[in-house]
Amino acid sequence: MKNENLMRSAILEKKTLNWIAIILITTIFLIFKEEWSWSTKYPKELIVPISDWINFLMEKFVNKFGWFFLNISWVLSWPINAAQWLLHSLPWVVIIFLVTFTAYLSAGLKLALFTLCSAFYMVLIGYWEESMNTLSLVIISVPMAVSIGFGLGVWGHFSKRAEKIIMPILDIFQTVPTFAYLLPILLLFGFGTVVGLIASVLYSFPPMVRNTILGLKRVPANIIESAIMSGADPKQLFWQAMLPSCKKQILLGINQSTMAALSMVIIAAIIGGTADIGWEVLYYIRKAEVGQSLVVGMVIALMAIIIDRITTGFALKSDQDKKLPAFQKITKISYLSFAFIGSVSLFIFATFFEILDAWPYDLSVWVASHINHLFDAFVETFRAEIKQIKNYSLFFIMLPTKIGLQQAVSPFTWGFQLETMHKILYFGSFLVLSLWLLKKKKNEVFVFTLLFMIFIYTGLTQMPWPPLLIIYSFFAWQIGGYKLALGTFIGLGFIIVVGMWPEAMLSVYLCGIAVVFCFIMGTSLGIWAAHNSIVSAIVRPINDTLQTIPLFVILIPFVMLFKIGDFTALLAIIIYAIVPSVRYAEHGIRNLSSEVIEASKMMGSTRMQLLFLVKIPLAMPVIMLGLNQTIMYGIAMLVIAALIGTNGLEQIVFIGLTDGNMGKGLIAGISLAIIAMIADRMTAAWSVKLQERYTSNPAD
Amino acid sequence: MSCQNVWKVYGNNPDHFFRNDSHGGSDPSALSKHISNNGHIVANADVSFDVHTGEIFVIMGLSGSGKSTIVRCLSRLIKPSSGQIFLDDENLLEKSEKELIHLRRHKMGMVFQNFGLLPHLNVIENIAFPLKLQGLKEKERINKAERVIELVGLTGRENNFIKELSGGQQQRVGIARSLAVEPDVWFLDEPFSALDPLIRKQMQDEFLRIQSIQKKSVVFITHDFQEALRIADRIALMRDGQIVQLGEPVDLILSPKDDYVREFTKDVPWERVLQASDIIDKNKKVSETAEQVLFDMPVSKMLHLLSKKSIGVAVVDSLGKKVGMATAQSFVAALATAEN
Repeated sequence: MKNENLMRSAILEKKTLNWIAIILITTIFLIFKEEWSWSTKYPKELIVPISDWINFLMEKFVNKFGWFFLNISWVLSWPINAAQWLLHSLPWVVIIFLVTFTAYLSAGLKLALFTLCSAFYMVLIGYWEESMNTLSLVIISVPMAVSIGFGLGVWGHFSKRAEKIIMPILDIFQTVPTFAYLLPILLLFGFGTVVGLIASVLYSFPPMVRNTILGLKRVPANIIESAIMSGADPKQLFWQAMLPSCKKQILLGINQSTMAALSMVIIAAIIGGTADIGWEVLYYIRKAEVGQSLVVGMVIALMAIIIDRITTGFALKSDQDKKLPAFQKITKISYLSFAFIGSVSLFIFATFFEILDAWPYDLSVWVASHINHLFDAFVETFRAEIKQIKNYSLFFIMLPTKIGLQQAVSPFTWGFQLETMHKILYFGSFLVLSLWLLKKKKNEVFVFTLLFMIFIYTGLTQMPWPPLLIIYSFFAWQIGGYKLALGTFIGLGFIIVVGMWPEAMLSVYLCGIAVVFCFIMGTSLGIWAAHNSIVSAIVRPINDTLQTIPLFVILIPFVMLFKIGDFTALLAIIIYAIVPSVRYAEHGIRNLSSEVIEASKMMGSTRMQLLFLVKIPLAMPVIMLGLNQTIMYGIAMLVIAALIGTNGLEQIVFIGLTDGNMGKGLIAGISLAIIAMIADRMTAAWSVKLQERYTSNPAD
Repeated sequence: MSCQNVWKVYGNNPDHFFRNDSHGGSDPSALSKHISNNGHIVANADVSFDVHTGEIFVIMGLSGSGKSTIVRCLSRLIKPSSGQIFLDDENLLEKSEKELIHLRRHKMGMVFQNFGLLPHLNVIENIAFPLKLQGLKEKERINKAERVIELVGLTGRENNFIKELSGGQQQRVGIARSLAVEPDVWFLDEPFSALDPLIRKQMQDEFLRIQSIQKKSVVFITHDFQEALRIADRIALMRDGQIVQLGEPVDLILSPKDDYVREFTKDVPWERVLQASDIIDKNKKVSETAEQVLFDMPVSKMLHLLSKKSIGVAVVDSLGKKVGMATAQSFVAALATAEN
């Protein structure tokens, strides 16, 4: 009797029992779905009209203090106008010369050549002016973002209390969808380039703060001590010892800030009035002019790559050997004078030859129509295949996840009607599988199988919200403790109460499929790349490029092939979010301690055993971080995908932006940020948990 | 330089243990125990010693014994919880931050275990760094730095960057930098511990050579007992934040205070540590005809004499006066006391 009890408790530990209870509750909710209509559709009367309150308050606020922000806007428009004037009045040859020379100084001849060709491409296709408009915004916003970020970073490093305030603010700025930022800024500062500037400063200062804090933290204690013993006062200690020793990290911060600024400037084009390159791309995407959007999109991509390579080049260079200080001074002067003399002579040259100043319109190369022809031919030839790919993924993956098998299976999609016999077969086989898993004591997989069965049958968007809330919160409890559970509960509760739950689930569904796919494929690819240097060499530059290109350029080719819609959005999310999964998996496997691997080899493990029993488990914490980043990337892309017609929270944000309904857009943006933060905390907690399991000594 | 009753306690509220000055008379071990029982960590407990001018004072102990903490208290990189620290009769605990900066610029030099060199500066810039902080002109800085570069034997390496140097060379830069301001007190915190054994021995010789020219007051931290024996005028052996025994190397060997000290001295090569004066047979009359050796001759160098002359050798002091006889038997007897 007693023994039996013991055995039962061993099999059904408390955790599993809780899960079974939760699954039972879920089933009850599903059975009474029709009767309890409030559980599927949160009653309208109970929605808290926070968005109306926000709109009301904002209106009052703008009426009262609007003049103040408009004045700021006016002040800020000066440097932008000045930068634009400068970049426009200089002949293009001079600018190309200067940028190419900078590229040469930063990373050598190769980059200089690349820069030269890319810049000439911008001239040749007739988009020089627009490119310069974009560049001028970046040029103004980066110094602002960098100095704000640096200041906050230094403050955060020296004051624990400041760090406690700064860090959550950074989290908010980096998780709230980019479009949602634009809303309040738009209302406060009015239309125009200033909105783009402010948005890009707000978006690009957080990485600078993080890198500054990280860099200062990593200054070795012995350098600080030795500087103090050398008699440094606090100022000297900071400027002459600490800062130079973390120069590389700071420069990397500048690099990340610049890239963020560029991508935000491009995104800000959505509100219009900027006449920059982002606006052009958007215009052609909306008009579905494939060729032209690709041609202009290339400009953004090239610009991003050049700016990125130049700034990283300087960061990496700071680490290399230096020559004599005296020699350095001489070269600095000679570089500067070379740049100056070159610019001046080219300038004079350009006054004689009109073509060097402003490229004539009729000499511009029009490749767009050729691309369109080629592309149309391609689509024409493979029409059937393209349609098939799209339909298969819709019918067999996306629809079941979204609305469940019970609605997705129909003669039109799967070729048959869902009969009672099919249902019995479906549930029966899943139940048998789960019981077998329980017998094998794979309790976690058992719970997962049951949940999977319910989810796929019902569909994420058709699930009643109360059991989902319980499931998410309990899951959070298991991996992150009660604090994470409470946060999850409150966060999701907020989304329910403001009435955004259905849209939230639409976002989760789209992002969820993408993340699962990215994680499986990306991790496999990363593991392959870790073992095969050729694969690694192919994958790395592709990843680099995907990470540098501003998000909505990535949309272009997919829109071209599959038109607008969920499927296109899904593909764009996948292609972008797969990058961190690949990266982290490769990094995790490559950096395992060689001792453990040698030891396992000496124990006689085969290659497969080595991979699945040693390498993957050991690299798991790092791979989990990859999952974390994949989710974040996925959400970032999801927001942009609103442009091509998705239905989730991101769409509400986007509509809010175009309609000027700030309350609704902002609430949707916050809801999306809540989802991102919960996903981030959960995966991070999971990674930490795994890490702890490996590092702590089980004996104590 | 001297320190008196220095305590360093880490924890939430270390000060309240010392507020009412009642610990003055009480037993430090008891107080130490009381503090640890209250959830604080005692890094230094009632440490007192004097460092004489021109002497090499070695603080020796294993990791966690509090030796690094005490040297940081002395250099005031950290603030002791209680006690007094004097440099030239001035109490360092009463100094303002500004005065401390002044002291470090002119009276103190410190060498670190992991060198603590600035990676963005080259050799001569690193060495001249303290001078730059003082605000000296570039020419003056370079002149002064050149002098110490020569002293540590790095001439010709001035323009190398730090990572182009080997560990031993890097520490030479560290030494040169600490000497560039011509300090009175010279702290060395495990300066050679990060180096290979062969290089370490070379650097010890180098250190002794430099010290013989410079004659600073040296506080030298090490965990290596052999190293301590080689260079020390006096050794303070630390354990659990307290000084277990303080004395000349030979004191520690010949009369270890407890088993802990004995454990260290167990594997010491006696014949190299013991000097002629340590093995004098007090019962034997001084022989006029016996061969003479100076009092500080290492016994290892006398061994062949001792084995040949059964009557022994006469030990003379620095004035040439015979102070006693040393024989093979007295050597063995000295070893025997040490071994016990």
